[in-house]
Amino acid sequence: MRAVFWCVLLRDLQLASRRRIDALLPLAFFLVALSLFPLGVGPEPEMLREIAPGIVWVCALLASMLSVSQLFAGDMADGSLEQMLLAPASAISVAAAKCSAHWLLTGLPLIIATPVAGLVFDMSAPATIALMFSLMLGTPILSLLGGLGAALTLGLRSGGMLLILVVLPLATPALIFGAGAVGMVESGMSASGHFSLLGALLITTTVGAPLATAAALRISTE
Amino acid sequence: MPPTTKTGSAAAPLRFFNFAAPSRFYALTSWLVPLCWVVAIGFAIAGLYIGFFVAPTDRTQGDSYRIIFIHVPTAWMAMLLYLVMAFWAGIGWAFNARLASMVAQAIAPTGAMFAFLALWTGALWGRPTWGTYWVWDARLTSTLILLFLYLGYIALVNAIDDTRRADRASALLALVGSVNVPIIYFSVQWWNTLHQGATVSLTAAPKMAATMLTAMLLMTVACWAYAFAVVFMRTRAHVLEREAHTGWVAALVGRTIRS
Repeated sequence: MRAVFWCVLLRDLQLASRRRIDALLPLAFFLVALSLFPLGVGPEPEMLREIAPGIVWVCALLASMLSVSQLFAGDMADGSLEQMLLAPASAISVAAAKCSAHWLLTGLPLIIATPVAGLVFDMSAPATIALMFSLMLGTPILSLLGGLGAALTLGLRSGGMLLILVVLPLATPALIFGAGAVGMVESGMSASGHFSLLGALLITTTVGAPLATAAALRISTE
Repeated sequence: MPPTTKTGSAAAPLRFFNFAAPSRFYALTSWLVPLCWVVAIGFAIAGLYIGFFVAPTDRTQGDSYRIIFIHVPTAWMAMLLYLVMAFWAGIGWAFNARLASMVAQAIAPTGAMFAFLALWTGALWGRPTWGTYWVWDARLTSTLILLFLYLGYIALVNAIDDTRRADRASALLALVGSVNVPIIYFSVQWWNTLHQGATVSLTAAPKMAATMLTAMLLMTVACWAYAFAVVFMRTRAHVLEREAHTGWVAALVGRTIRS
């Protein structure tokens, strides 16, 4: 089971390393979307500083959702997904490995790019660190929920939009606590409560989402 | 589950899955639907009469509070119907009971309508009391997210052409959503709270006049009966659509055309 997990994970990372530009697209989307907000709401530093955590979180959410819609599509098209599900190893480890690979390729680069967002939105250093920490806890949730949505909408017309409509309501708690934690730090209070809740959400999602994703994959490929 | 081809005899013992056969369900609901409509309309007239003409004017809110008689029952129904929908979707998935999946899919539009009505009446009520149609308050926001959950479910069902896959995929989504509903509710609660606390709860004495409570409960019964009537009607349509190839539907349609 563990062998399958690592095998699928390394395979996805290797596939991404062969298509480097594709792998960088979510990060590019994230940065472009971030830079649209000052153009839209105006360049006043105070306002930008105030809305920065929410903007960064919403952009991370959208970058995750837009990239995750293709998570199983390639494997479905060339038949390897069916082979993986036919293999004696459980579909749960396949689902967990695909979502982990997605997080390593999408979530992690966004976290690394977050200090840049902190600089351009004039955020304080503690707030930027809190933002990175909240994204560290939160983006895996987005990848896991996105994986579930991708499995449910596998091979459907308008799959991308449908995935966003299906998954975004489920992702609201992560958004609330993730952006809320930074707000707490900015107003000088302890954000440990928000981080604990975000951590609890992460644990619950890590336990539950691969099960649901595996079931969804079986439903979608049957 | 009894086989659908066998027609039920009157002596057969009544079991839980007896009406899971679409043909029996169809026969049963043909007289349940009018009954539900009568109950819904009767209780709605009584509830609205008591609410609008008998119940006293509120001291602080004046007459504007009277929208509560529509607002609260619809909000209750919106929350309840999601769980009912997830329950039947889960039954349909677990026991491979087609009718349960059809019922779940028939509930979704009604639930979405109740969520929308709760938001709409809330906006109309918010204008005179809070001075604004919309605030990003916890209960409003969680009802809005509930509406989005319904819309996601409806969209998923409609995007999948294969009914078997649609039944199962939407059941999974409804179950995941129902696990998330309390999490969303409490996270939004902690995020922001302006809405008044619950006025009616099972553990405390109601903090409202008896006539107001009577009107609200009458309206709640009316909403339940309406939901039953509409869900049964929609399920009957689903049954006819999906069972179009069967003998009993052909016989039914043939009879209707001939008469």
